[in-house]
Amino acid sequence: MKIPHVVGPVDQIPFGEGRAFGIDGEQVAVFRLRDGTLRAVSAVCPHKGGPIADGTIDQRVVMCPLHQHSFELETGCSTTGAKPLRTYEVFADEGQNIVVIP
Amino acid sequence: MARRLVVIGNGMAGARAVEEILARSGGDAFDITMFGDEPYGNYNRIMLSHVLSGEESDADIFLNALPWYRENNITLHAGVRVERIDKYSKHVFAADGRVVPYDVLVIATGSHSFLPPMDGLYTPSGSVRHGVFTFRTMDDTRKMVQFAQQEHHRRALVIGGGLLGLEAARGLQAYGLDVAVVHSGGHLMNAQLGPDGGAILRRSVEALGIEVHTGSRTTAVLGKDRITGVRLRDDTELGCDMVVVTAGIRPNVDVAVVSGLAVERAIVVDDHLRVMDEEDIYAVGECVQHRGEVYGLVAPLWEQAAVLADQITGVDRSSVYLGSRTATKLKVAGVDVASMGLPGPELDTDEHIVFSEPSRGVFKSIVIRDNKMVGATLLGDSRKVAYLTQAFDQGLPLPEERLSLMFDLGSPAEEEGVAELADSAQVCNCNGVSKGALVSAVQGGCRSVPAAMDATRAGKGCGACKLLVTQVVEWAADGAVEDDPAASYYVPGIPLDKPALMSRIRELGLRSVSQVFAALAPDSVEDAKSKMGLASLMKMMLAEKYIDERDARFINDRVHANIQRDGTFSVVPQMKGGVTSVQQLRRIADVAEKHKIPMIKLTGGQRIDLLGVAKEDLPTVWADLDMPSGYAYGKSFRTVKTCVGKDYCRFGTGDSTGLGISLESRFQGIESPAKLKLAVSGCPRNCAESLVKDVGVVAVEGGRWEIYIGGAAGAHIRKGDLLVAVDTPEEVTLLAGRFMQYYRENANWLERTYAFVPRVGIERIRSVILDDSEGIAARLDAAMQESVDNYVDPWSERDDPPTPGQFRTSLPLTVLPQVPVR
Repeated sequence: MKIPHVVGPVDQIPFGEGRAFGIDGEQVAVFRLRDGTLRAVSAVCPHKGGPIADGTIDQRVVMCPLHQHSFELETGCSTTGAKPLRTYEVFADEGQNIVVIP
Repeated sequence: MARRLVVIGNGMAGARAVEEILARSGGDAFDITMFGDEPYGNYNRIMLSHVLSGEESDADIFLNALPWYRENNITLHAGVRVERIDKYSKHVFAADGRVVPYDVLVIATGSHSFLPPMDGLYTPSGSVRHGVFTFRTMDDTRKMVQFAQQEHHRRALVIGGGLLGLEAARGLQAYGLDVAVVHSGGHLMNAQLGPDGGAILRRSVEALGIEVHTGSRTTAVLGKDRITGVRLRDDTELGCDMVVVTAGIRPNVDVAVVSGLAVERAIVVDDHLRVMDEEDIYAVGECVQHRGEVYGLVAPLWEQAAVLADQITGVDRSSVYLGSRTATKLKVAGVDVASMGLPGPELDTDEHIVFSEPSRGVFKSIVIRDNKMVGATLLGDSRKVAYLTQAFDQGLPLPEERLSLMFDLGSPAEEEGVAELADSAQVCNCNGVSKGALVSAVQGGCRSVPAAMDATRAGKGCGACKLLVTQVVEWAADGAVEDDPAASYYVPGIPLDKPALMSRIRELGLRSVSQVFAALAPDSVEDAKSKMGLASLMKMMLAEKYIDERDARFINDRVHANIQRDGTFSVVPQMKGGVTSVQQLRRIADVAEKHKIPMIKLTGGQRIDLLGVAKEDLPTVWADLDMPSGYAYGKSFRTVKTCVGKDYCRFGTGDSTGLGISLESRFQGIESPAKLKLAVSGCPRNCAESLVKDVGVVAVEGGRWEIYIGGAAGAHIRKGDLLVAVDTPEEVTLLAGRFMQYYRENANWLERTYAFVPRVGIERIRSVILDDSEGIAARLDAAMQESVDNYVDPWSERDDPPTPGQFRTSLPLTVLPQVPVR
């Protein structure tokens, strides 16, 4: 049974950026797109361990800051030939708190 | 109703024209019918020499096989020759009795091999004798291979020592034949090479075991039942079992002549590729004569096909073909040959630069007229060919030191001729991409340099290999490389080059990166790859009017430190001119001790680097240092390196440290398209390495200062060009600032000065910066001043982070740093 984790208010993440959380022993990067959509993927780049939460994003992809590998935020698939990132279900509850389902 | 488009000719020109028409959505507007003389889809004729030599099979060289025609709803009549056009009733009449109406007609009949008159070439019935071959089509090649493989055939003779003849000779050697070439010209490849180059090519060709006879015409083919040899003009007889005739090509104009079209040497077309005096008939490729020129190379054909398609589809009525400057770059019989324009000087005032090294088979010749390159020949060493082709095509201004046109002076040795590189050779040393990987990307359909770079990640690291990547892709695509319009975009996500982008931003009054995406991106889609470049550009343009959206910044610029491989950061405090003090050193030592800095390193720019600082510790490290940022992370002005100068050095002639500190105080932190590293040296011994800096200053005897620009000593090595020598440090500051502003406004994103300066040309830069030839000097100075005035030390953000969690760890469960402690 998957237990939803509340990791705090939405506005701890600026629009267009990401922040990382440790959830159940996993590192999860949560992004808040410029239109307010939330996305969550694993926080460690499968290429060389780069911090994905520090990446630059647009509506579709995140670019790892170390070697510019790109990953689709929705599917985790790499657009540059790297292994995929794991994706997590994420949403904001009524209280505008971020809920991640690991 | 769709209009009827008929194409006569299914070779490279006809098929390319149709591809271009389809690319402009012409598939909907037209019902397309193609007639081809040969019973195949269309193939890359240039590659026939590889088929002959056995390097490729004939199946490998098809450009479009038969299914392509079906998929695009093209009716193909392969193996059916068109005999006549009725231009009044608009029908074509084919040899099989077929009559097909057209609304628009394209003639792309190409050329055929020319058979010079000689005795014994034909049978009494008028057909070419068994054992005599031309080298033009797939069938020619197959027959030649078959004949050459018969064991009792030992010796082949090739008539014509041009490009194709040498290819044929080399290819036939693969079947164990002895080969001789008889050439009527005074030297080999006389259409492309002058006599000196021809002589060296001859040595290289002879070294391959090919016998060469120049200045000799073949007058007869000998032998009754089978060929036994040929006779030359001087009555010499040469024995052989087969004869290959490669004595030039002639345009196929029969159908045009009998149909009453304008034909001179070939079918006469105007700048729209429309046949002279005809409303609905176009022609393209080797069968056309345009402004008096008939081309026999593939590159002009690509250009013609694009214009033809623009006109026929009506996509761009303003599109015109104005002729091609032909440059060839190929391997002839295993020897690299590149030639463009004139083979030698024609006027007394032409400059002619020649390098000849016969023992290695290397020959280089460049012809310059009015400081523009009008011709070049490279034999045996094609390393500079990409640059020369560009200089020739675009009429670029040339370096004063002409020698650098021929040789990379002091550049890395990796730029070997790409053809020689082994498939396993690493082209991109950052991302470990081999030549083979790039070649397979091209074969897999990447037809432009950026597409191949995206697919392989070649050239996406330091970028130093981009030229080599370009050469490999061009070589692999065999001339069929497409220009990617995106190559000129400032950032990939906005389809505008830098001047257009800047003027749109100004016109629309855009002030933030998100506004630019909303207004100028296709479908207003934001693009991660474009954000950093846009943020830098807009900050430069707008200074304090820029609305700074933090998500548009790269992580380094969000936290003002350089990210390291384990996700920690490096901290480099400002140390102007590389000069420090007891107080600074003590404080740095205390901070390093307190924060257990795992590594303290002196940088190449004469700074102290504290490595392995966790992101969340950055604000306290800065606070404890209480020094301004040294900017060791941004695409921005970085450092001014100095030597000790005249105060201490017994050789010093100028106060280099003083000038370095003042330059750094003035220009600290200004953003630019790529990083700027400066240096000031107190004498020509150049201890601060000023000659290899983006802007380097050297004090010379007599109280003067030389300013060098465009130097580099990183992934790329280049000695800077001397901009000017001036009398005072104030002039240095003014002119260096003016140059840097010009660079900021005109360089492409991530284009270092070592690429920018030669691209624009030092003469042009001198005229803008020193003579104010464009009348913009005062504006450049004012713009730079505005950026200087808006400088704020980014490390002051430590007390008041502009975004929540700005310095929060991004790897919460990883113990950082993971670097070794030294």
